[in-house]
Amino acid sequence: MSVTAPPPEGPEDAGLDPAPGRGSTVATRLTTHVGVGGVVTPLLTTLLAFVVGGLVVLVTGHDPLSTYKAIFDGTGLNWLFPWTSGADRDTAAINLQQTLILTTPLILVGLAVAYAFRAGLFNIGGQGQYTVGAIIAVWVGSSFAGMPGALHIVLAVVLAALGGAAWAAIAGGLRATTGANEVITTIMLNYTALWIGVFLFGLGGPLQSDVQREVPVSNDIVQSAHLPVFWGDPELQGLHIGIFVALAAAVVFSVVLNRSTKGYEARAVGFNPDAARYGGISVGWTYVLVMGACGLFAGLAGAMDVLGWQFRVATNDVQVSQIGFLGIAVALLGRNTAIGTCLAALLFGALLQGTSVRNLDPSVFPPELAGNLTTIIQGLVVLIVSADVLVAWLVRVRLRRRADPDPPATSVAAT
Amino acid sequence: MSAAASTAGARGAVPRPALAGWAGIAVGVLAFLLALPPFTVRSPAPSFVLAVLAVGAGATALRGGERRLGIFAVVAGVGGAAGAYAATRSGVGNLETVVSWGALCAAMLRYATPLTFAALGGLVSERSGVVNIGLEGMMLMGAFFAALGADKTGSWLLGLLIGVLAGAALATVLAVFAVTLRADQIVTGMALNFVALGLTGYLYVDIYGEQGTPDDLPRVPDLTLHTDRLGFIGQALDQQNLLVWGSLLAVVVVWVLVFRTAGGLRLRSVGENPKAAETVGIDVLRTRYLAVIASGGLAALGGAFLSIGFVHSFTQNMTAGRGFIALAAVIFGRWRPFGALAATLLFGFASALAQRLPEFSPSAATLFQALPYVLTLIAVAGIIGRSRPPAADGVPYRREG
Repeated sequence: MSVTAPPPEGPEDAGLDPAPGRGSTVATRLTTHVGVGGVVTPLLTTLLAFVVGGLVVLVTGHDPLSTYKAIFDGTGLNWLFPWTSGADRDTAAINLQQTLILTTPLILVGLAVAYAFRAGLFNIGGQGQYTVGAIIAVWVGSSFAGMPGALHIVLAVVLAALGGAAWAAIAGGLRATTGANEVITTIMLNYTALWIGVFLFGLGGPLQSDVQREVPVSNDIVQSAHLPVFWGDPELQGLHIGIFVALAAAVVFSVVLNRSTKGYEARAVGFNPDAARYGGISVGWTYVLVMGACGLFAGLAGAMDVLGWQFRVATNDVQVSQIGFLGIAVALLGRNTAIGTCLAALLFGALLQGTSVRNLDPSVFPPELAGNLTTIIQGLVVLIVSADVLVAWLVRVRLRRRADPDPPATSVAAT
Repeated sequence: MSAAASTAGARGAVPRPALAGWAGIAVGVLAFLLALPPFTVRSPAPSFVLAVLAVGAGATALRGGERRLGIFAVVAGVGGAAGAYAATRSGVGNLETVVSWGALCAAMLRYATPLTFAALGGLVSERSGVVNIGLEGMMLMGAFFAALGADKTGSWLLGLLIGVLAGAALATVLAVFAVTLRADQIVTGMALNFVALGLTGYLYVDIYGEQGTPDDLPRVPDLTLHTDRLGFIGQALDQQNLLVWGSLLAVVVVWVLVFRTAGGLRLRSVGENPKAAETVGIDVLRTRYLAVIASGGLAALGGAFLSIGFVHSFTQNMTAGRGFIALAAVIFGRWRPFGALAATLLFGFASALAQRLPEFSPSAATLFQALPYVLTLIAVAGIIGRSRPPAADGVPYRREG
């Protein structure tokens, strides 16, 4: 299958558009904006997705407005409103901390998928890379009990990221040497990592807990290796510093991709591997490096979750985790850009938190159904985002009828 | 792989290095088989001799420029020796429990069936130029709505029909977005996976709640052939589900339709060069619509087999990534029905083996669950640069004028 053409590229590429500001009518400006993947379209489409999601709620016989209100309050985003006060504000703060805790790995895994997309690779392997990162983080974090805290954390994080990178680089290396399609290899690596995790933490497994011999779970991370909590009570799962790591990673992503030689080579390979090869870029080596970078991000995500709030990994965690799946959606919604990925991760994190069982008022919407409603809305968001091409297309058709002979020079229709 | 061999054979001249490569692979496999029932040679020595021969043949093939076959032969030799050694170290009783060929092959067919249906769906869609990442979601729709339909109508046949229609309905959404609106096919397919996961989960919890699907869910019947005395193949085929046979039949039907009919030629031309197809009067959009919808129906059959043919119940996300494995099988089988079947059978065999190996060594039992995936990884890596998709695969078509 062909995934050589990446989805529409983001605003950073606006400079590549030969005629960004062409024309002055509202329609033309909208076309250009949509064409380069502006901010307005994802916002509008997200809104539209919520309207459709509301219809789903309505069909099921519940009130969409109060459901959305309940979900919104559950996310803690009302903390940002100055008029939220008193006990409400305290609750909102705790909820917002949870939302951001969920956002952290989503940003990182989203970046892992987005970076590959920009190089023309489809990294379905975020899940496996995350799992490898989590395994290494929990192993390092629960060993070396006497080590100074800061050193211990850095060691665990770095090794987890490198582990994720190495795992992903297998797919890159196979693509480079044998031409094996990375879609297949990353899927297979996901399941391989999953079963390795289940084996390691399962009963009798090498990394199974020394104290709870009857429970398929790892040892606990030693107290000094916990990531520092900077907002909220560490005992009540306050917000750990991982969110800054994720944001820093997004900055690194953007700088490397747009301002470095390696990033240029990655984009060149994504744009046209043959031309890149002709231009003297080692395409195979670029595949290895790109996948390695993706694994770095995803491995980091695993480390943040383990050292930040989970502190142990059970076989069940490894088996039910959907983070890789969500990361693909986040990257696609964020149009494979750093900012877009962060915002999409926040949206998805907020949705997950807002509809979690303990947050939703059962009288407004049955909590046991809410998780599935979230999944539907997430799907609709991504679906309608994919159709923003439709908006561009409709506007463009209308423009062409007004005798515009040369089609807009955007890559949207060709992807 | 076999396709390459047969075309080479048809031309009447199998190059010598290739021959050495194939011989090496065969001897490597033989080295392993020797230590297993029914032969059960209890000394590793004969296997080691064969393994050395296999590696030698692989080296010959490598020197002759046959990289792919050479590597395969060397891997087969080393793997055969390791497998044979492991087999001779374990008890005969254990061996006979794990390696009972009839049961293994029967289980292989059962594990392969959902994948085969979905892979055929993916193949039809991709041959028309539309990448169907949504196979997973379409399988899930088939699995849930077949169970629901069978439960509500009391008939497995109607359940199957409802399941197929549900899968086709989701595929129609994909077609509208990917073909008419020219949205990105991967984004759309991924989105539909989410929608299907949420929708089936929602309805399942809403309708069946805590209890789950009823125990007396109508089932797709098994076919009993009374062939169990005809060796292990007879045992494997003796008592199989109707849909297992359906999947094998579907492979043949899809092959005939896609490669031996005028309609199939049109389908493939749309996937290779839509503009040229349109020039000779083929309706590209209509062809793609039909292909994508058929793809959804096929994938849904695979899902329906899971729920009302195999497990006899529905659980949330019960397809558990099988749609993606089917996608891999399409690529692995190089966009050909029998290639895809070979891939799903390989995967099914590895799954069946993984299911039985725990009896052999419970301590590392879970690790064997990774076997199908590792085997597929190795096999895919073996196909060096050989898998080429239809030229227009994944590219939306824009009509001129």
